[in-house]
Amino acid sequence: MNLAANPLGIWAIYRNEMLRSLRTLFQSLVAPVITTSLYFVVFGGAIGSRVSKIGGVGYGEFIVPGLVMLTILTQSVSNGSIGIYFPKFTGSIYELLSAPMSAAEAVTAYVGAAATKSVVIGLVIMATSTLFVDLRIAHPFWMAAFLVLTSVAFSLFGFLVGVWARNFEQLNVVPTLLLTPLTFLGGTFYSIDMLPPFWRAVSLFNPVVYLISGFRWSFFGIGDVPVAASLGFALAFIAVCLGTLAWMFKTGYRLKP
Amino acid sequence: MSPVISIKDLSKVYSSGFKALDRVSLDVAKGEIFALLGPNGAGKTTLISIVCGTVSKTSGTVLVGGDDNVSAWRRARTRIGLVPQEISLDIFSTVANCVRFSRGLFGKPVDAGFLEGLLKDLSLWDKRAARVVELSGGMKRRVMIAKALSHEPEILFLDEPTAGVDVNLRRDMWALVRRLRDRGVTIVLTTHYLEEAEEMADRVGVVDKGRLLLVEDKASLMRRLGKRRLTVTLAEPLPALPAALDGAPAPRLDDGGRKLALEFDAGEGGGAMAALLGRLDRAGIAYVDLETGNSSLEDIFVGLVGEGTR
Repeated sequence: MNLAANPLGIWAIYRNEMLRSLRTLFQSLVAPVITTSLYFVVFGGAIGSRVSKIGGVGYGEFIVPGLVMLTILTQSVSNGSIGIYFPKFTGSIYELLSAPMSAAEAVTAYVGAAATKSVVIGLVIMATSTLFVDLRIAHPFWMAAFLVLTSVAFSLFGFLVGVWARNFEQLNVVPTLLLTPLTFLGGTFYSIDMLPPFWRAVSLFNPVVYLISGFRWSFFGIGDVPVAASLGFALAFIAVCLGTLAWMFKTGYRLKP
Repeated sequence: MSPVISIKDLSKVYSSGFKALDRVSLDVAKGEIFALLGPNGAGKTTLISIVCGTVSKTSGTVLVGGDDNVSAWRRARTRIGLVPQEISLDIFSTVANCVRFSRGLFGKPVDAGFLEGLLKDLSLWDKRAARVVELSGGMKRRVMIAKALSHEPEILFLDEPTAGVDVNLRRDMWALVRRLRDRGVTIVLTTHYLEEAEEMADRVGVVDKGRLLLVEDKASLMRRLGKRRLTVTLAEPLPALPAALDGAPAPRLDDGGRKLALEFDAGEGGGAMAALLGRLDRAGIAYVDLETGNSSLEDIFVGLVGEGTR
């Protein structure tokens, strides 16, 4: 048999990863929903009622895109990293390394599964938010595009972290020390216009600002940065992750002695 | 017949600087059972890991079914099934899903009939819906084998297949290996259970310190290097070897003087035995039991590795 590509192999990994998610359905879906609901109660209800409208949008509504982004960034990195880290940890990675699967195929499968899960979680959170606020989506196509692009970009980033991590501590370091601050300071709960000029300028170095802004624009037609910049950033981020991964696989970095 | 695996001048130096393989060349014929024999750390696992693609080589070439395992890796890998030494499974998955996953990974479509046959062959059919975490160690090892066989490979690599395995499973495993061989599957195994290599293999390669010391047909290896041994149990223990028993071939005292052991070349016939017994009679040394046997592969092996280290 001469396989030019191994689509059945991609499907096998994708299916296996999705089955793994189903086994932990509660942790995968219910937990983000509960967390998000709490955010709505605290920030949307309790605090939001005392905050004036931002760009003509009520505060409860305003934070929906930010909350969706907050969750899918975290979930993408977590799912993308554990998918490849777990086989590394248990040793079952031998099977992937000995299989007729190219690096690109393996990444497609693992990242595809992680991103799928993130998109589903994002949609579930948006559905949940309709219980609390009256949600409008001005540009549904771009909303879907940003949702998918961000999920893919950060699942890729997670995969990278999973390949890089040597232990569970390292696996957690990136989400805790890097991702959480970037997301909270990325305009999840506020518009960066509300910041003093200095901090506004600093914020423009935060990549998450671009993603949340683009996503928020697709809902309300307003954003902190031009939507083209948001789109460009998401694509550039994917390109950087792919480049790094290509190098990792080429050198066997931390996968293959 | 052209070899199904052809390894030429294969070397591996790990990033730590450790040289695990040193210019190893080896051909494995289609349909044979080949045993790689060597002490821990000899390089056996590195050798099969490079062939299977889980470790990258430093230099040399590996052809699997005529395909270079680097430039034509996809075709080469499709032919191979690997059972590593350590049990490493997705413990929360079911047995059937584990095996199905492996088959898919190697690009083969789901085949319920084949899966059933394979699981029955390995006494796993009743456990197909069980999660791996619920299985005993022996059962987990069967799952590892089922995964390796799930894509119907032409070559099966078994890395220390019977390490920590009970007698029943070991017997089952060897029966399976023989059935696979009957179907034309080539089997390469590593072991330091020497009696198993002796029992199972058609050919044996001895590895030590990254070098392949010799490769030989098992029977001719036994003939060439094999010794026969006569053990005489004495009626009365001897404090030292009497002068009457000296002279080639000389026996040695064993078991605190209670036994005399004589080793002689297998090709020599019974002459040496008769000579020793005659000398015992003449010296008036009484004995109560005689035992003869072949030296094991282990004896041969210890001798070879000893030479290698000298």
